[in-house]
Amino acid sequence: MATEALFGKLTFSAIPFDSPIIMGAVGVSLLLGALVVGLITYHGKWPYLWREWFTSVDHKKIGVMYIVLAWVMLLRGFADAIMMRAQQAMALGATQGYLPPYHYDQIFSAHGTIMIIFVAMPFFIGLMNIIVPLQIGARDVAFPFVNSVSLWLSVFSAMLVMLSLGLGNFSHAGWSGYPPLSETQYSPGPGVDYWIWSLQLGGLGTLMTGINFFVTIIKMRAPGMTLMRMPVFTWTILVTMVLIMLSFPVLTVTLALLTLDRYLGMHFFTNGMGGNLMMFPNLFWIWGHPEVYIVILPAFGIYSEVIATFSRKRLFGYRSMVYASIAIAVLSFGVWLHHFFTMGAGADVNAFFGIATMVIAVPTGVKIFNWLFTMYRGRIEFTTPTLWTLGFIVTFCIGGMTGVLLAVPPADFVLHNTEFLVAHFHNMLIPGALFAYFAGYAYWFPKAFGFRLDETWGKRAFWAWLVGFYLAFMPLYALGFMGMPRRLVYYDDPGWQLYLEVAAFGTLVILLGIIFQITQLIVSIRRRKELRDLTGDPWNGRTLEWSVSSPPPFFNFANIPVVEALDAFTDMKERGVASTHPAEVHSIHMPKNTPAGVAMGGLAFVFGFAMIWHVWWMALAGIFGVLATLIVRAANEHVDYDVPASEVERTLLSLRGQR
Amino acid sequence: MSGVEWSLLDPKGPIAADEKTLILTAFALMLVVVVPVIFMTFAFAWKYRAGNKAATYAPEWDASAKIEAIIWLVPAVIVVVLSVLVWRSSYALSPYRPIVSTAKPVQVEVVAMGWKWLFIYPDLGIATVNRLEIPTGVPVSFRLTSDSVMGSFFIPRLGGQIYAMAGMQTRLHLVADQPGTYAGLNTQFDGDGFPGMRFDTVATSTQGFDAWVRQVKQSSMALDEGAFKKLEVPSKNNSPEYFSAVEPHLFDHVMHKYMSDMFTETR
Repeated sequence: MATEALFGKLTFSAIPFDSPIIMGAVGVSLLLGALVVGLITYHGKWPYLWREWFTSVDHKKIGVMYIVLAWVMLLRGFADAIMMRAQQAMALGATQGYLPPYHYDQIFSAHGTIMIIFVAMPFFIGLMNIIVPLQIGARDVAFPFVNSVSLWLSVFSAMLVMLSLGLGNFSHAGWSGYPPLSETQYSPGPGVDYWIWSLQLGGLGTLMTGINFFVTIIKMRAPGMTLMRMPVFTWTILVTMVLIMLSFPVLTVTLALLTLDRYLGMHFFTNGMGGNLMMFPNLFWIWGHPEVYIVILPAFGIYSEVIATFSRKRLFGYRSMVYASIAIAVLSFGVWLHHFFTMGAGADVNAFFGIATMVIAVPTGVKIFNWLFTMYRGRIEFTTPTLWTLGFIVTFCIGGMTGVLLAVPPADFVLHNTEFLVAHFHNMLIPGALFAYFAGYAYWFPKAFGFRLDETWGKRAFWAWLVGFYLAFMPLYALGFMGMPRRLVYYDDPGWQLYLEVAAFGTLVILLGIIFQITQLIVSIRRRKELRDLTGDPWNGRTLEWSVSSPPPFFNFANIPVVEALDAFTDMKERGVASTHPAEVHSIHMPKNTPAGVAMGGLAFVFGFAMIWHVWWMALAGIFGVLATLIVRAANEHVDYDVPASEVERTLLSLRGQR
Repeated sequence: MSGVEWSLLDPKGPIAADEKTLILTAFALMLVVVVPVIFMTFAFAWKYRAGNKAATYAPEWDASAKIEAIIWLVPAVIVVVLSVLVWRSSYALSPYRPIVSTAKPVQVEVVAMGWKWLFIYPDLGIATVNRLEIPTGVPVSFRLTSDSVMGSFFIPRLGGQIYAMAGMQTRLHLVADQPGTYAGLNTQFDGDGFPGMRFDTVATSTQGFDAWVRQVKQSSMALDEGAFKKLEVPSKNNSPEYFSAVEPHLFDHVMHKYMSDMFTETR
């Protein structure tokens, strides 16, 4: 009893020593982690990292850390993808592949959770952190400390998922975790709890980000920047933040109800005792469908910026773009039932949600046409961001088509839960969202770091990703028409294997793309002197982030710009008032760095870990730790300081000195 | 080695055939927009490439009422047409809608269990596990529930799927118009035994079906309480089993088992 009070359900048997594949993955992860830690220690960079990064409340640094998180988790999620594709390519008949079902099931659950929550979300949140304050002419976000808490909640909840690899197991119930499969009766282990708490803590961080950036955009725009003069990227972020604020609380509550079922024996979603499993899919997708647009709308914003800049032309139909974004956001709350037309709702309900879903195709189609007419009569430069955008437009049309098919209820009856569905949502999320993040990464990299990324390797990566995508996912559409269900660990139909082998090969081509991207980063760092951006405006940009040096000073703007038109920076350049060197500078009020954010994230991790393993004293310690840190921080009245005019001047000069 | 079977494109019953037609119709309608868009993407990208100084360059051109009207209206019109299709087909192909036929439908009660399907033929007093036998040309009227987690019952050659959920009943109506053996499966992931939750659907002539029923009646096994308890134990990759007799109202008992006490008392 004493050990149970001390360690909860945690025992040595939680480490899967008997599974060589998992232990191998744990070994590689630990080795890579040790290598990074060793290198940092060897170079004595810990104090620097702590002082300049981990405790930073600078939105640009927080953005960079979000994107580092996204890249690390992309590698993990992609390793899962390769394992699944390899399994299905070889799992015909009696061989049943190399993965036992219990392991395979955890992989697809982890893959989905990671790719949505810990890759897509931190990637766009990172980009928006770096860019949105710059685009609206602000010096930071509305709540810089909250921003730091959000980051560290995301980082540590991602660490919870990573921990499940070597300690216990992850959920096997899919990324959507439908009960009753996810209830204690059918999933007694810690797996579902890892899923619950990593989503719950990460979701909390996202919700705070939503509030933070909503307030930032509403309240902190430079003088003259009316709503209809905001860059389209900022507009899509504003709309996305509204979606986050409205939808993430639903996820929080839904997970809380499932938590009550699992921890206190309640019966919200159980079989029997008055539980109703149908409530869960409804609640989950009331969050889950807007979530799709939360990752896609910022992507639309990035494509809009890229296509206008590299077509050397104003964005076509700015107003249409804004209204289309708002329309998509509103409609996204009225379509959740299309995720389960096969649950047995009546024809009228299914028809309503089918039509509502199709209506979203209208504003989305408008956006596509607007991008096309932005290119029309432009001077298009085929840079890496342009290529990602063009690859997106063509591929997204195919995904849109299959999406509308799935919106026809009787068509969904035969396509639902098949590989066709898997192909469809990857078709929306990879070209739709991820390609945009890659475009944004290449487009804004010089702004964040002061040098451009190597174009040759960037283009190679694009082609590998594009070709790999088609090879990996077009066969899945075909397999859907053969009636192959998703999440299948092995199968008997020999006709499927060739298609699965092609898909596996496609995944290897994508792997090549990722290797090219890593190469690109290394090559670019080595060639950073040649690639240096001396002007602050390497692409002849149209919006305010290009009006400051690359990288920008930590206070962004020595003097807050005054905006007189849409495409504010282009307007300034045309009026000849775009000088980065202000006539006179004043002292600037800025927030101080604080360790409270990283401390709260770490303590939340302790809380989550303790809840997963039922170590109640540690859970209490964790949650009290979070609250105590918050109170101590709230009691501190010296959270900001004045940067004297002389230091502002010095910073500006030193940034120019780098040129 | 058998060839590739395009189940959805090779329907063996009118429901599946209508669903196939619906997919192809909707697909064709969408191509009206998508093909021009893809063509325009390539054409614009090529014509207005930076190197082509001969092409018109209009950096300030950013609006056109005519174009905006077209790009809102064309997708809208197509969505209206598709909506009519959605509305009509949702009713016509609703899984709850009985199939009109002169033949009396065969009743089949389906229970999703720990990685197997139980089929009860209440009118015939027989039951099977992982084998569905049906007469060709006669509508089959399914009632579905689950004795475990959620399942999704799907015979691709005959028509769309429907969930099976504990404590609830869903309905599905299908008919086979050609004899043959068609794969049936669960598409909703339900744990370790998921890939083995499959069954053959055998459609034969009415005489063949009657002969099969007589054969099942010869089985030494009966689905009584004890046999059902054994079935409830989760098991993987089950071979077909045949029961010559079934406890009456077994399906309703399974369903009521998961209804809350306060509900069962008033029913």
